[in-house]
Amino acid sequence: MKKGVLFGVFALVAMAGLLLAGGQAFAEDDTVRIGVYLPLTGQNAFGGQLELDGVRMAHEEAPAVLGKKVELFVVDNKSDKVESANAVKRIIEREKVHAVIGTYGSSLAMAGGEVAEKAGIPMVGTSCTNPLVTIGKKYIFRVCFIDPYQGAGAATYAINELGAKKAALLTDVANDYAVGLAGFFERSFTKMGGEIVAKLRYNSGDQDFTAQLTEIISKEPDVLFIPAYFAEGAIIMKQAQELGAEFQIMGGDAMDNPKIVEIGGDAVEGFVHTTFPYDPSMEDMNPTARRFTENWRKKHPGQDPNVNAALGYDSYMMLIDAIKRAGSTDPEAITKALAETRDFEGVTGLTTINETHDAEKPVGIVMIKDGKKQYVATIQPEL
Amino acid sequence: MSMAMFIQHLFNALTLGSLYALIAIGYTMVYGILRLINFAHGEIFMLGAYFVFWGVTLLHLPWFLAVIVAIAVTSLTGVLVDRVAYRPLRDAPRISALISSIGVSFFLQNLAIVVFSAIPREVQRPGWLVDIIVVGKVRILPLTLVVPVLSFLLMLGLLFIVYKTKPGLGMRAISKDIETSRLMGVPVNRIIALTFGIGSALAAASGIMWALRYPQLQPVMGVIPGFKAFIAAVFGGIGSIQGAVLGGLILGIMEIMIVAFLPTLAGYRDAFAFVLLIIILLVKPTGLLGEKLEDKV
Repeated sequence: MKKGVLFGVFALVAMAGLLLAGGQAFAEDDTVRIGVYLPLTGQNAFGGQLELDGVRMAHEEAPAVLGKKVELFVVDNKSDKVESANAVKRIIEREKVHAVIGTYGSSLAMAGGEVAEKAGIPMVGTSCTNPLVTIGKKYIFRVCFIDPYQGAGAATYAINELGAKKAALLTDVANDYAVGLAGFFERSFTKMGGEIVAKLRYNSGDQDFTAQLTEIISKEPDVLFIPAYFAEGAIIMKQAQELGAEFQIMGGDAMDNPKIVEIGGDAVEGFVHTTFPYDPSMEDMNPTARRFTENWRKKHPGQDPNVNAALGYDSYMMLIDAIKRAGSTDPEAITKALAETRDFEGVTGLTTINETHDAEKPVGIVMIKDGKKQYVATIQPEL
Repeated sequence: MSMAMFIQHLFNALTLGSLYALIAIGYTMVYGILRLINFAHGEIFMLGAYFVFWGVTLLHLPWFLAVIVAIAVTSLTGVLVDRVAYRPLRDAPRISALISSIGVSFFLQNLAIVVFSAIPREVQRPGWLVDIIVVGKVRILPLTLVVPVLSFLLMLGLLFIVYKTKPGLGMRAISKDIETSRLMGVPVNRIIALTFGIGSALAAASGIMWALRYPQLQPVMGVIPGFKAFIAAVFGGIGSIQGAVLGGLILGIMEIMIVAFLPTLAGYRDAFAFVLLIIILLVKPTGLLGEKLEDKV
């Protein structure tokens, strides 16, 4: 009984505290506060680190807006859905940020986005491509395209450029991004007259794919589509090579990483993946992309930028652009300005935010040729 | 299913199963002697793999030497972990040491993330282990043939140590009754340190084999194999060395065959492993080759 009363009192105090914190007005000080939550450790760290580098570089180039200094609050979401929600809660409640940037990974963005939406703080997603991230959300935006579009791009390339007729899928069942993208690829591929001959699944953290690959090889597809993250993708390709697979392997934007050749070795040779329309090996870059590439190489000698760094850069710049147009740091005003973004020139091309708060941009195709990433095509898929 | 495909599946299963067996031996050995499920085993496994990678790429040691050095260093790490995290709890209830081992597991994992960074690394493999042998339509990795032999040899070696040597006698005495062993003059702490040393050396050996089969190093690489090997050890009868080998092989074969025969269920093969664990615990709590449980008051 006594315990119950104590608990009740504690709960009341805690609730009152929350209410106070929620009702508190934003401190009108002389800084613009931007929270950044990204996977800096864990399974998705390789993507999150690059996006943070991109955000930091943009921050150095544009350290102030509206005559105020911009302050970044970076929190690690540890590649974990729960940590992701906690991270956003923390930057909003404790750091009192005006806007949020993040994150790599659709599952993480959904968890974090939910919190930002409830708090009414605008969020700009970097490379979270699952449609569910922004659906029905007022405050959530992103600088990347969405997976139905990307899946259609991959299917278009497989059928038109590679002449594929039969495709197989190998999907992580525990990952929203993978399940979504595989579904969209399948839809577009079959709509365009192709056939899916095998659909195999695995679970996040698995390292043995030999059974699934042996099964896929027996179905003799022309193309195997793996919507995996690049580390996992590299292991899948290595095992496919060991099992004597002869089909073309394709993947999505999560395979885009400068280390892919280093980690995958000759097993990734010939691999094709869809990505956002930017790669340092691209021939005709827009001026922003050219400047970004040069500055990056100056800052990180011997290391090429990739599309995650570019999206990190773009998300910060687009947010700054919106704050400038809003003329204030009021979250509502920023949200309105973000929704009105038209033809904003980023590293990943002209960005227009559509009515579902997604960025409309074409799909880029990268191929690993002679141990190097090469940007081979830009396509405008039809949905 | 064609014959060639079935044989290919069988070889895949043999590799996976004998890797599980190799990890499970380490688990079961420590349990058999101390009645402690060492949850940090998966992290020691990961350290072993990283140490080899360091030896080869940073110190430019030849492969053979790097493996020996890595096993020795990992073994010392195991002894250190025992000294720091388990020895002070020797007289505490068993559950305390178990919880301590979970703590060690998280600590080592996060330490690895800080020190090695979370970015995965490629493993350079010596050619003779990975140049594929093609027999008809079946493709065999030489490693596939090495791992079962190694598991078997280590099992024999371990049985020899436990049943034919003096420290082995001490280990068996400690497993029966730690207090009485101490009174009878068994150097308990030294024998237990040795147990952890050997257990960690086994973890390192399996970590190295795993990294050769799935050539990528990550700080979290020990988690899933650790769980699976734990299941294998319980399945075979935890505490029994032969049981661990048998359990590992059966688990590996079943995991591959469930994908081979029911490809649509491939995404649930991990769930299958855990269902297996639950069934075994319900039907035969001591596992396939486990000893009868004796309640100690």
